[in-house]
Amino acid sequence: MSGLSLYDKLWNAHVVHRQKDATCLIYIDRHLVHEVTSPQAFEGLRLAGREPWRTASVLAVPDHNVPTTKRDQEIEDPVSRKQLAALDENCSSFGVQKFEMNDIRQGIVHVIGPEQGASLPGMTIVCGDSHTSTHGALAALAFGIGTSEVEHVLATQCLLLKKTKSMRIDLEGELQVGVSAKDLVLAVIAEIGTAGGTGYTIEFAGSAIRNLSIEGRMTICNMAIEAGARAGIIGVDERTLDYVAGRPFSPKGDDWEQAKADWSKLVSDADAHFDKVIRIDINALKPQVSWGTSPEMVVAVDALVPDPEQESSDSKAEGMRNALIYMGLKAGQAVKDIVIDKVFIGSCTNSRIEDLRAAAIVVQGRQLAGTIKLGLIVPGSGLIKQQAEKEGLDKIFLDAGFEWREPGCSMCLGMNADQLEAGERCASTSNRNFEGRQGQGGRTHLLSPAMAAAAGIAGHLTDVRDYL
Amino acid sequence: MQAFTTLSSSLLPIDRPNVDTDAIIPKQYLKSIRRSGFGPNLFDDWRYLDAGEPDQSCEGRRLNPEFILNDERYRNAEIILGRENFGCGSSREHAVWAFQDYGVRALLAPSFADIFFSNCFKNGLLPIILEPALIDELFIASLADAETSVSIDLESQTIIRDGKPMADFEVDEFKKHCLLNGLDEIGITLKYAEKIKAFEAAQKNSAPWLYSND
Repeated sequence: MSGLSLYDKLWNAHVVHRQKDATCLIYIDRHLVHEVTSPQAFEGLRLAGREPWRTASVLAVPDHNVPTTKRDQEIEDPVSRKQLAALDENCSSFGVQKFEMNDIRQGIVHVIGPEQGASLPGMTIVCGDSHTSTHGALAALAFGIGTSEVEHVLATQCLLLKKTKSMRIDLEGELQVGVSAKDLVLAVIAEIGTAGGTGYTIEFAGSAIRNLSIEGRMTICNMAIEAGARAGIIGVDERTLDYVAGRPFSPKGDDWEQAKADWSKLVSDADAHFDKVIRIDINALKPQVSWGTSPEMVVAVDALVPDPEQESSDSKAEGMRNALIYMGLKAGQAVKDIVIDKVFIGSCTNSRIEDLRAAAIVVQGRQLAGTIKLGLIVPGSGLIKQQAEKEGLDKIFLDAGFEWREPGCSMCLGMNADQLEAGERCASTSNRNFEGRQGQGGRTHLLSPAMAAAAGIAGHLTDVRDYL
Repeated sequence: MQAFTTLSSSLLPIDRPNVDTDAIIPKQYLKSIRRSGFGPNLFDDWRYLDAGEPDQSCEGRRLNPEFILNDERYRNAEIILGRENFGCGSSREHAVWAFQDYGVRALLAPSFADIFFSNCFKNGLLPIILEPALIDELFIASLADAETSVSIDLESQTIIRDGKPMADFEVDEFKKHCLLNGLDEIGITLKYAEKIKAFEAAQKNSAPWLYSND
């Protein structure tokens, strides 16, 4: 009999009941809640006269709608204001802990979970948001759910699930200077496709993962969903334990010692079975950029925009043609010649302190190109913003002409005022380049924080390695 | 939840791979705190030529004549015909609510994204995975003749076209049971309340730090 994978171990530890058809009732340890996908779930509880099962497992924070300016004033958009008020009302009436918009601990739900120690190794973690996969970087089984499931977890602390297949992606080699976790995950999605991970939980492994910081690992797991996988996970090592130690919700004293011993076992056994194993050599990896309207439409920065006529699959070629039209690009043009209008550095993918530092290194002593309409820096949480200010990063960005904003999801999905206008092109550190994602008619190029910073300085997409 | 047993309907073909939930229901409509009313904004960016806002009436908005949703001949279709990786991206259940509100009861595609797939079942919609060749066949037929219709029988897991069985399809046994009977999953889970409590008691013992906030 083969050994157990990390996924097997996390799954087995949370099975409350197993039905004959292998559907399992899985216990959920942490439920993160935000304003967009929860109101209908709370309403469902009310209509059915149900109480939340265990409010201590729930942590709520407003992030999708919150403005990134003028936070001392009432929110201008009445519809957003109403949704944020609904979160307030639901949390207070059901007794759920919530960070207020102006609390220093507020931020993007996937940033604050790990930051607070609310997301811990060995946990099952859910949130009504697909990027919940982020928390898998801490060896937690974390995945996004719909609103019906949010209600189900609130009411029962469990979900009815079937185990997924498992895939291991070994990323072997050493990242070159100027190449980051974002480039790595974009390259993985380009390789396996946006449906490559559908039906799988992906464990990321290999020397490149071991050498990444926890924040870099979060960037990788965050985008597992863009490869179609509901969850991405990474085994525990010293870095994991160091990261978790001493955070507000982390175990203390004797609990810490016991937890540490337990968590050290959260790695795949050497003889664990995987349904699929992929190995990618990353030694020669260059900075990556998306050119199209799907996160698999990615090339190296020194490449040309691909030609649909060279694509063997008809349906893929058709998707590429649509993308070229929407993006206003021509097959065969150099990626580096693509002129941009706005820069967005932020989102649950890339708004942590290391991301801001990487961007600041490029920006320091330089100026945003005169043609750039807006350079937006949106830290992932109030605490990250505070830390960045302590290090003087805000000053570097402001001196270069960037705007330094309050934390939230911001232009990743433009539910607040931070949006692209039709036809505008953005160098963005976010996770999705879908049509209209950042604003109706807006055009998104996904890249790393350092690459986004360099694009802002140059006024067009460019190779950050020339700026280091 | 509304039960699903059988359905006979024409098809609404959406001929694009990787249709994402941002396209199905754009961000601005997610500010609603209700579960209904999303139908008029289904595929809003593709369907209308002007930008839409929440709480705005869609009557009088400029329709995009190129988009199939605006083709009268497909107006009454209750089955979506899609391409691979249908429903990818955001977990927003509003995408399923928008289909439901528009009148869609089932979807046929070669593959679906996981969260969207799961959200469909929670709302009484049936997503069916079919072989790419069969999907191609239906696209050709439906685009040539909008009257092309199929019958879906969940109990026997078959699709019938022109009175003849066209394909069998797979469906998870438990999901099928819930769908056929319109069952509330929360009610089912709460039958195991004692087991959940026992799990918690054991976990509190083995990993007490998970309960330090209780």
